[in-house]
Amino acid sequence: MGEKRRGITADLSGWLVYAAVTLFVLMVGSIFLTVLLNSFASSWFGGWLPDEYTGKWYAFAVNEFSLWRVLLVTLIVALSVTAISLVVGVPAAYALARRRFRGKSLVLGLLILPLLVPPITYGIPLATMLYEYQMAGTVAGVILANLAPALPFVVLIMTPFIEQIDPNLERAARMMGAPTLKVFTRVLLPLAVPGLLAAGLLVLVRTVAMFELTFLTAGAGSQTLVVALYYAAFSAGIRPGQSIDAMAVIYMATTLVLLIAALRFVNPTNMVMRVR
Amino acid sequence: MSKMMSRWGIDRNLLLLLGPALVLVVALFVWPFLYGIGVSLTPGPGREGFLSNYAAFLGDVRERASIWNTLWIAIPVTIANVLVAVPIAYRMRRPLKGQRPISAVFVVPMSLGVVLVAEGMLTFFGPAGWFNKVLLTLGVVNEPLQLVHNYIGVLISLFIAEFPVVFLILLGYASGIDPNLERAGRMLGAGAWQRFSRITLPLMMPGVAIAAALSFVATFAVFPSAVLVGEPAGATRVIALAAWQAAYERFDFGEASAIAITMAAIELVCVAAILLGRSRLYRGPTGGGKG
Repeated sequence: MGEKRRGITADLSGWLVYAAVTLFVLMVGSIFLTVLLNSFASSWFGGWLPDEYTGKWYAFAVNEFSLWRVLLVTLIVALSVTAISLVVGVPAAYALARRRFRGKSLVLGLLILPLLVPPITYGIPLATMLYEYQMAGTVAGVILANLAPALPFVVLIMTPFIEQIDPNLERAARMMGAPTLKVFTRVLLPLAVPGLLAAGLLVLVRTVAMFELTFLTAGAGSQTLVVALYYAAFSAGIRPGQSIDAMAVIYMATTLVLLIAALRFVNPTNMVMRVR
Repeated sequence: MSKMMSRWGIDRNLLLLLGPALVLVVALFVWPFLYGIGVSLTPGPGREGFLSNYAAFLGDVRERASIWNTLWIAIPVTIANVLVAVPIAYRMRRPLKGQRPISAVFVVPMSLGVVLVAEGMLTFFGPAGWFNKVLLTLGVVNEPLQLVHNYIGVLISLFIAEFPVVFLILLGYASGIDPNLERAGRMLGAGAWQRFSRITLPLMMPGVAIAAALSFVATFAVFPSAVLVGEPAGATRVIALAAWQAAYERFDFGEASAIAITMAAIELVCVAAILLGRSRLYRGPTGGGKG
């Protein structure tokens, strides 16, 4: 009897989880679905579904929001931030994983801080400084600003990953006479590829979604998709709502592609920062 | 000098590996931050005294209210996230069909970001949106609920954006707890609630603290959704918005920096309090094993 009752309660709690997940999916799913439907609606007044469908808002969004340029800027910014933070961050992660030195906890603290304090707190002075160096509003300025949280993020993700790689492999390669550079490129890097992919994709996704720093440093010609979307939504009323939703759908599609790529390589529980 | 450095374990290779990253973090984070502190201590036009920018912010009732507005958003969202995520993560630590798709589902809104969620919410939760339509059809309400352009709207959008992070962290912690510990509790006669509250929950608490800290960090910095689905002139005029308005609407960079530094200080104090609470909790192995 006791055994049977336990089976039923376990099922019940399982169903409660499914119910909660369904509710969440239903809510988030319908939010996205309304955006999608509205972007194809020629008009939608009060009914359950739009009255008629059209594709003209996408053409409108492409012209009105100079979408191709915005997409290109987003791509350039996201890829540059990812590349630079990997190239600079991985050696630093290696040093933190393999070496003991004085001031190591200071370095770690320095790397955690940019991920903790709100971006707007250092974004405003950073924007002012970029302005003084005539870099405000340029794509280079946006890339620099986005590096501030992206680089520490890569270092903190890659450090435990490199710790897992057996140091004996490097020692063996060294003993057989491989120079440092060769140890790095032929032994370490191939072993670190899964971690590099994970860190790279996560930084890519985060940079595409990063609002505050880009918002503070971008000019008219260096907006990324998320900032352009914010401006469009902020000035709603000037342009038809459907064209803003078309923009939102394009943003959603971009991030979803990146996300699906990321999920192929990363376990969802590792998507969040690993802090111990 | 070099002798001391070698005693500290610092050599040329270490500097080569670590140097570029440190230079970038100092140039792009530490320097701007110190510069911001400097600007915040430089009196703006018509002000005197090195704390006058802070006095301008904290002395104005409307400006000061932005601090409470932010906390009044960040704290309830963080608590709600944890309260909903703990039981789900607790259940999902045992095998459940569709575990991977379920966790994947939660990742999606996390990376979509608050701007998109806010934009979608305007239609979905609007007076003619599906949510109100369903409620009206079912007869739950007589007239549409006002769910956007107010405080509730910001709460909903932040809950959607931050719940995944909290859930995934807690899931990571919960699945690291050895099920044998609960089995042992059951053999010793503990009921289901006792096993949860006396065994698993205490072991999950460090994860709860981390998740709450990260959720607080993200919600405390709320900016776009406070403008888009909130009431930016009233109840959801948050600190980030106050700082932005001071800088780019009034061009008062002194007060803007003072607001930004105050914001960082309040946030770091809150996070430190959460993490300090964590360090007082049980820390140790969550696996069984022989001991």
